[in-house]
Formats: sequence, structure tokens, C-alpha cells
Amino acid sequence: MAYIRLIGVLVIILGFAFKLDTVAVVLISALATALASGIDFTQFLNILGQGFLDNRMVSLFFLTLPMIGVIERNGLKASAVNMIHRLQNLTPGRIFDIYLFIRELACVFGISLQGQVQFIRPLINPMAQAAASVEAKLAPKDVDRIKARSAATENFGNFFAQNLFVASGGVLLMASTMKSLGYSVNPTGIVLYSIPVALLTLVLVFIYNHLFDRQLAKKGRGNID
Amino acid sequence: MTNLINNILTFLYVLIGAGFLIAAIESFRDQTNSARFGTGLFWTLFAIIFALGQWLPKAVVGALLLVIGLLSLLKQVKVGHIKDIDVSHAEKVAERLKGWIFLPSVILAVVAILVAQFTPFGGQVGIGAAAILSLVVAVVLTKSTGKEVFDDTQRMVRSVGSAGVLPQLLATLGVVFTASGVGKVTAQAISSVFPAGNHLLGVILYCVAMAVFTIIMGNAFAAFAVITAGIGIPFVVAQGGSAVIVAALGMTSGYCGTLLTPMAANFNTLPVALMEMKDPLGVIKQQAPIAISMLVIQILLMYLLAF
Repeated sequence: MAYIRLIGVLVIILGFAFKLDTVAVVLISALATALASGIDFTQFLNILGQGFLDNRMVSLFFLTLPMIGVIERNGLKASAVNMIHRLQNLTPGRIFDIYLFIRELACVFGISLQGQVQFIRPLINPMAQAAASVEAKLAPKDVDRIKARSAATENFGNFFAQNLFVASGGVLLMASTMKSLGYSVNPTGIVLYSIPVALLTLVLVFIYNHLFDRQLAKKGRGNID
Repeated sequence: MTNLINNILTFLYVLIGAGFLIAAIESFRDQTNSARFGTGLFWTLFAIIFALGQWLPKAVVGALLLVIGLLSLLKQVKVGHIKDIDVSHAEKVAERLKGWIFLPSVILAVVAILVAQFTPFGGQVGIGAAAILSLVVAVVLTKSTGKEVFDDTQRMVRSVGSAGVLPQLLATLGVVFTASGVGKVTAQAISSVFPAGNHLLGVILYCVAMAVFTIIMGNAFAAFAVITAGIGIPFVVAQGGSAVIVAALGMTSGYCGTLLTPMAANFNTLPVALMEMKDPLGVIKQQAPIAISMLVIQILLMYLLAF
């Protein structure tokens, strides 16, 4: 019954789906898989220890944290806010466009601020709402949609551009996992092949935002009539 | 050369260990944290593994990891109280430095790539060198003291917390899966339904599985370790697909799943609460058209570029 080895996959799926403690879930999954496939406990400890040491490169990004801490304490957020505040007299879609561009650019340089907390709620959402209500009063449903689109913009930028930074957790995880699976890849190569996705996201989301503006404007005129 | 690189890497891992030790000390000292001993021990064990792991028996490292897992399982690891940054100081420095505050980040990214591309040292040493150089520039630029850097380090490491070591643990899980033959079994199970060998079918299978498993688990990193071993390697890479392209596009296919799932609470549910939205799935609804289009685009890109 070879399929019993998949017990670890089941543990991972259920553990993450039910939001159990992630560190424990991963280790239990590893233990269950090893025992189910006939590896004894001492052997398991060896594989686990060796595997963890072999994958230390994934945690290299910790080395960048002191620098980020220093610039964060010295006004990184304030500078970014000042930059975004200059975006006046724009439509909501344009504000989202520019935020997405800034967000992707920040990813290239490994700057990952907690966007939802630090920028979307206090800055982008109110700016987009103000821009939208220039034309007409917003219906509650549209207010909700602008909020949702602000949050979505942050997530688009974060996910589709985070692999542009060579020392990001994701890139290192990919490089290290592929090496463990017997296919060594270069982290710089991963960055290179992540560029098309980041650019296509920009194009696609720009179109998407343009449609959003058109819809809002149409509704706005409707409300005035 | 390989020897030198390995020595440098060992040095970098010792440095990371030192960072964890700083987090451990401050976690022990945090009187407000009900789990301060557990949390302190958590970071101490990681500090030992990173700084000394090289010279420890592998089974000991494995056993220390299980202790870490136990601490985490028993809820003995908590972030605790982390002092907020002084906003008035931050704004004052921002005023003085203007755009220059971004310089260390630019140096970090550019130096890391330059070292990786144009020196024989490779990407990992590049990251280490870039991190150290950019820290020096940041310290000079902001006129920070050693005590402040110590404080910034403990603040950052502690607030990243156990989420920061998760990627490495997941990569380790991949190793255990491989040693246990999980990939082979999955590949066998799937190939009884889908024959391996068809490039397009393999790519679709892998990318869609990455997205679907991420939707279920809420975490693309976890999906990557499992799905790449079980599907990505046998159905795409072993059929001649380029490993680097498959990895890069496979992970972002997983992110399409992240954008579609309430399981990724930090990204899709947190904003609903933060902005008091009426529709709990509002963010996901706005993301769905882009996420699905990007998944299709990435399937095509992988098919066209990887073979």
C-alpha cells in the first residue's frame, strides 16, 4: 500500500486548511510521511537535520532585515507616503495604476511594507474614494467596490512582482526546493523569468482599472440625471 | 573557490544565528509576553542550528527542530510586545533625507544581482554581501548607533517571527517527501489518469494543481514543495521542461490561487476588516478576473518558454 506515504500531504492540506500551528503541521507531516514509508525514527532525525541545513539558503533573507529595520525607523514609510500624496487630480483607476507600479518597483528592491495596513487603508482607499466622488455621490455598493479594488491592487503588486527580488523568501524557496529535487536552478534565473509575469500584470491591471473608471463615470452620470 | 564560498556561506549562517540570538535575548526580556520562555527558547534553538549546525550531528539538528515544533504546537511561541517606531523621529529624518532613504534598498538589490552575475561567488554570497553593504550605507545615511541597529534587528526578526522560518521548513519537508518517495507515488497515481509525455497537458496539470492546492491550503509555498515534487518534476521537467522556468511560473500560478481563497486571510480577509467592507468576499471578487487571466497566461508562457 504505497499510497499510505501520502499521509503527509493530507496532514499538510488539513493542517493549513484548518489553520493549525503551521510550524508544527509541517514537522508532523514530515514525521508521518517518513514513518509511513518505513524510515525509522533515528534515520528520520538525520534526514530532517540534513535537509534543514541543506536548505539554509532559504533563510538568507533574514540578513536583509537589519537594514530594512534601520530605514524603517528612519522614515521609509513617511517618504513613501509623501511620494504617493503627490498623486492629486487623478481618477481612482489612475491612482490604482500608479500604486501598482510603485508596489512592483518596491518589490524589485526587496521593500515589502505591510501594504494593506500601512498604505491601502489609510492612504489609497481614501484617495480613490475622494477622486471618485468628485463626479457624483457614491452609492454604498460603489464605496465597497473601491475598497475592494484598493486591497486587490496591493495584492496584485505584491504577488506578481515579489519574485523580482533575488533575496526574497519565495525565490530562495524555489531555488532550494529545485536543488533538493535534483534540478539545480540559479536564483537570478528565477528573477529573470519572473519579469514577463510582472509586466503582463501591469498591462492587464491597467486595462482592468480603465474599465473600472469607465463604469464609475457611467454610473456617476446616471446619478446626476 | 568552492571551499572559499562555503566558508563565506558558513560565516553568513553564523551571522543569521547571531540575529536569532538577539531576538532570543529580547524575547526572554519581554516581561509582557506570557510565553516569553518558550519564545526565547524557540529563537535560541534556531540560533544554535544556524550558528553551530555545521558542526553538530545531523540527528541532533533534527531533534532540535522537533523541540521547536513542540514549543510551537503548545502555543509557547508568541511575538510578544514590540515597541512601535517613533513616528516624529521617522518624519524628521524623512524630511532631511527625502528620496535618499530608498538608497540602501536599491544597493541591496543591485549589488546582489551584480555579484551573482559578474563574480564567481554566486547568488547566495551576493545576497550576503549586498545585505552587509546596504546595512553599512543605511547606518551612515541615518547616523544610527550600534544600539539602534541591535534594536532594529530584534524588532524585525521578532515581528517576522515563525512565518520567517516557514519557507525553510517547507523546503525541508520537500526533502523528506523525496526521501520517502512521495513524488513517485503521486506521479504514479496521476499518470494512471493523465499519461505523462504530453507537454501542454503536463503544464496545465501542474499550474492548475498549484492554484487549486493553494486555494485549499491558503499558502503557495506549502503547495510548491508538494506539487512540484509530485507533478511539476515528473510531468513537466522530466519531459524536457526547463527547471528554472517551471519553478518561476509554477509559484506564480500558485499565487493566482492565493488571490482566490479566503484561506489567505492576511491578504483577502484582513482588508475586509480593516476597511469595514460589507461583502466579506469583496476583495476576492475584484481579484478573480485578473487571477484567472494570469493563470491562463502563465500556462501559455510555461508551455511556450519551457520547451
